[in-house]
Amino acid sequence: MSTSVFKPGERQLSDPGSGPTENYLNAGFSAKSWLLTVDHKRIAILYLISLTFFFLIGGLFALLIRLELLTPAGDLMQSETYNKMFTMHGIIMVFFFLIPAVPAVFGNFLIPLMIGAKDLAFPRLNLLSWYLYIGGGLLAILAIAFGGVDTGWTFYTPYSSTYSNSNVILAALGAFIAGFSSILTGLNFIVTIHKMRAPGMTWFRLPLMVWGHYATSIIQILGTPVVAITIVLVALERLFSIGIFNPKLGGDPILFQHLFWFYSHPAVYIMILPSMGVMSEVITCFSRKKIFGYDFIAFSSLAIAVLGFLVWGHHMYTSGQSIYTSMVFSILTFLVAIPSAIKVFNWTATLYKGSVSYSAPMLYAIGFLGLFTIGGLTGVFLATLAVDVHVHDTYFVVAHFHYIMVGGAIMGYMAALHFWWPKMTGRLYPEGWARFSALVIFVGFHLTFFPQFIVGYMGMPRRYHVYPEEFQILNVFSTAGATILGIGYLIPLVYFLWSLKYGPRSSANPWNAKGLEWEQAGSPPETFNFRDTPVVMEGAYEYEPKIWLK
Amino acid sequence: MANHHHALQHHFEDLEQQFESASLGMWAFLITEILFFGGLFAGYLVYRSLYPEAFAVGSYKLDVLLGGVNTVVLICSSLTMALAVYWAHKGERTKIVVFLFLTIVLGAAFLGIKAVEYTHKFHAGLAPGNAFSYDGPFADQVRIFYSFYFSMTGMHALHMVIGIGLLTYLIIRARQGAYTAEYSTPVEMIGLYWHFVDIVWIYLFPLLYLIGRS
Repeated sequence: MSTSVFKPGERQLSDPGSGPTENYLNAGFSAKSWLLTVDHKRIAILYLISLTFFFLIGGLFALLIRLELLTPAGDLMQSETYNKMFTMHGIIMVFFFLIPAVPAVFGNFLIPLMIGAKDLAFPRLNLLSWYLYIGGGLLAILAIAFGGVDTGWTFYTPYSSTYSNSNVILAALGAFIAGFSSILTGLNFIVTIHKMRAPGMTWFRLPLMVWGHYATSIIQILGTPVVAITIVLVALERLFSIGIFNPKLGGDPILFQHLFWFYSHPAVYIMILPSMGVMSEVITCFSRKKIFGYDFIAFSSLAIAVLGFLVWGHHMYTSGQSIYTSMVFSILTFLVAIPSAIKVFNWTATLYKGSVSYSAPMLYAIGFLGLFTIGGLTGVFLATLAVDVHVHDTYFVVAHFHYIMVGGAIMGYMAALHFWWPKMTGRLYPEGWARFSALVIFVGFHLTFFPQFIVGYMGMPRRYHVYPEEFQILNVFSTAGATILGIGYLIPLVYFLWSLKYGPRSSANPWNAKGLEWEQAGSPPETFNFRDTPVVMEGAYEYEPKIWLK
Repeated sequence: MANHHHALQHHFEDLEQQFESASLGMWAFLITEILFFGGLFAGYLVYRSLYPEAFAVGSYKLDVLLGGVNTVVLICSSLTMALAVYWAHKGERTKIVVFLFLTIVLGAAFLGIKAVEYTHKFHAGLAPGNAFSYDGPFADQVRIFYSFYFSMTGMHALHMVIGIGLLTYLIIRARQGAYTAEYSTPVEMIGLYWHFVDIVWIYLFPLLYLIGRS
């Protein structure tokens, strides 16, 4: 922590328009003041930097995969190398980018600000979470350096436990440790949301971003421990051949799949629910309208979190589970479409008759709306037993989950990054470039993944680096799209870095948005967020009265 | 803001809010622990229903007497822990230290007996891995039983070791007079953890030791 002491009585009241002169960013400049900070905002920045690093590594693997798939022959790498490419892409992107992304950066930064608290309930635990994340990430990097892993990000047994000769333990240990970072973050959020709300901040005045993170945290603390013990068992199997997943001794490799997906399906909702929270904030702000159906959006987050734990078997329709089990999982999976659709309809209804403006965060939010709908609906196709048997393990599945994870989760992440960038850094980014890159990402994304629906439906299996020639044209589209998508992600990297030094200074509330973080805190906020504990008098999205008065 | 107790952290309004947060956080953590062990228990139940005879054979080779003594030892340690929390509420420094120390002694006794049991199993060739040399009926599935036995009791023992570390920290802080009638949150939270680890054993003992013994 910084050595400067916050003394409310001694400091000058600065112009509320330009934000306080003393803030969390200039509270200390030494490396120690960052690496040993317990300020949730600084920890969020640490996460932002490290997540960007892992996103670039994961993206690099994606690029190599798409490059190999440009031609039907395996002319860039051997099959074993290719196996490692998609495995490392999956592990890095899932465990070290998508799962922590929105909660660790924006949840961390914003939850205390949004509920009117000085910090999260356990600031030191929060810092520990970041170190665990970094520790896990370093192990994953080591696994890459020592030659990679080839099991697929799912670590399926008995291949991972008995036969693979790659660095399974190192990578799995990385995921295990990063998992504890995720558990502790979720635990911190739950306690903070329960116990740290400012006077007047009732549950139904909470911004929906907070509800989204609350639902996410429930999944994090209930699901992650199960995958943790599963990873321990795989490691024990490799070290001591304990036989639990080894069919030779009467062990059951399918048990691994059950335990793995018990976490890893809900993990998809860990990725998407926080982005859904971002959606509710951005869409209301740029429609200048109260959210439509607050209660329904809040409870649909919880419904997704609960239902998410009951659908894992839909990953195992072809793994040898009983057909009756599959039917039950199929029906339960259809049910997830209901709360998801409730959200989409409510956001759409919020746009209706709103005064919509198309700033960069809003472009990403609208992009999310379309892409998530496509990803969600194809999820319903895949939940259907007979259809899934046809498209199982094809590019149709790959396209589906990228529409959710990239089209949903990362679009939400980008929307959040643009929306709260002025709050986090006190600087404005160049709006024109931001809109342009949003468009590039949208086009590049569709060009990358839409052809994969078609090629998957035609029967191209995932995880192969050679394929029949008739699939080439669609793969060329996909690779071209991936290039555009990559450029689309690099442009923001450049202008965000540029804006740190050259961007115009932001006022406390550049979007004229509602919410304590905009109305009561500076840009950037001071170390303890608010000069005095705020008192909340109204709901989260009271946009309309202001408009009529003006 | 009247209450400026030295233990009050900067971001809480008062000690009550701080205690409630710690308490909720600890319970949430224990829920994650239940799910962590839950994966092992689920696996155990699957294989026990698949191979009931093999599990009975494996279980019969465990030392019920040592396991039973350990159960009593652990329940006593929960009593001493509860007494430590009780005296922490009263702020009686010496008594806190005494009962925490007794809890550590009982915990260490448990681990010692466990080590004796482990040694016996290793010598009998029942430890899974390459050293596994049991050659009776259902040898492969007995091996799976012992895999669960070692994973589950091993994970439990690891939690005991961590618990003893935490108790040692509490003793050091208690001797410095950190816990008073006003503030004894850490004693209470680590107490919850200790009871949880105890309860896990209460489930492990019958599931592992008492199969098919009537």
